[in-house]
Amino acid sequence: MRAVILGCGRVGSTLARSLDAAGHDVTVIDRNKLQFERLGDEYAGRTVVGTGLDEDVLLQAGIESADVFIAVTNGDNTSIMASQIAREVFGVSHVITRIYDPVRERLYNSLGLDTLCSTTIMADLIEKKIGTARS
Amino acid sequence: MYILVVGGGKVGYYLTKTLVNEGYEVLLIERNSAKVDTFSDRLGTVVLRGDGAEAATLEQAGAARADVVIATTGQDEDNLVICQVAKKKFNVRHAIARVNNPKNEEIFKRLGIDTTVSVTNLILSYIEQSLPDRELMHLLTLSHADLAIVEARVTERSPYVGQALSDIALPPDVAVSAVIRGEELLIPGPETRLQPGDDVVALTHRASEDELRAALSR
Repeated sequence: MRAVILGCGRVGSTLARSLDAAGHDVTVIDRNKLQFERLGDEYAGRTVVGTGLDEDVLLQAGIESADVFIAVTNGDNTSIMASQIAREVFGVSHVITRIYDPVRERLYNSLGLDTLCSTTIMADLIEKKIGTARS
Repeated sequence: MYILVVGGGKVGYYLTKTLVNEGYEVLLIERNSAKVDTFSDRLGTVVLRGDGAEAATLEQAGAARADVVIATTGQDEDNLVICQVAKKKFNVRHAIARVNNPKNEEIFKRLGIDTTVSVTNLILSYIEQSLPDRELMHLLTLSHADLAIVEARVTERSPYVGQALSDIALPPDVAVSAVIRGEELLIPGPETRLQPGDDVVALTHRASEDELRAALSR
């Protein structure tokens, strides 16, 4: 599978290493090249320095032939905009968007983005652990 | 008319100030509380502190009854989300986005934000219309049909010189609407022959603009 990951923070880099180790074709985009240090020495995929809102950067990352685009930047609006560009401009069939703000996540989910809200996921898991979760 | 302005940079601040002076009901949304205090001192109670991309802020601002939302921040991704949340969640009819990177104008259109303002493109079009020796002047863009009304001066080297309009192979989707010769306005017919120095006003598809320019003014 060919994956383009936007954002090389904790989630982005962990996912990139895992997909790379499993033999997938991975490209990670980040504005700050120091972030790529998180990928470690074993990582054999590609890295592209730039903003995911720039079509040229996305093209350089091979978005045209990507099977999946994953936006995990630290800014919800950046992830949302980049995901829409990936889907609407480049026609990537599977686009996943991590959104911190639960309200925004519900809205863009209802508008057709495949979203994950790390805030509610984490809160739910904690509630399960302490036994207060409503099923 | 109720207008929501999001983003208290220079554009947002002066826009709000102007709209208030013109008698509109305006609310400016700004994240930075120090700025909110300054603006409130200067403009009165027309400033709300909050993140304009958050539904809770827009709700507090009464977005549901707003006629227009104008996103003026320096970040295109924020302006996109502000406009999309306003339109999709609060059914605001008009959402206007400031576009900082001119490349994003097209993307915003594809993502449902039809009214964008790009300062870069505004200055560029101003330069293009003001340059005296530019051969083809862009008079008006009819964006819905992708048409433009343009004016060009026929040069001596133009292959069209001396030919009747009916004999000229114009680029596709070009209609010559008027020929101005000196002080005289000619309504062109098939027999009209172009002379060097004629100003030709034509309606053209945007795609044929460059070809037309080259043919009239080489």
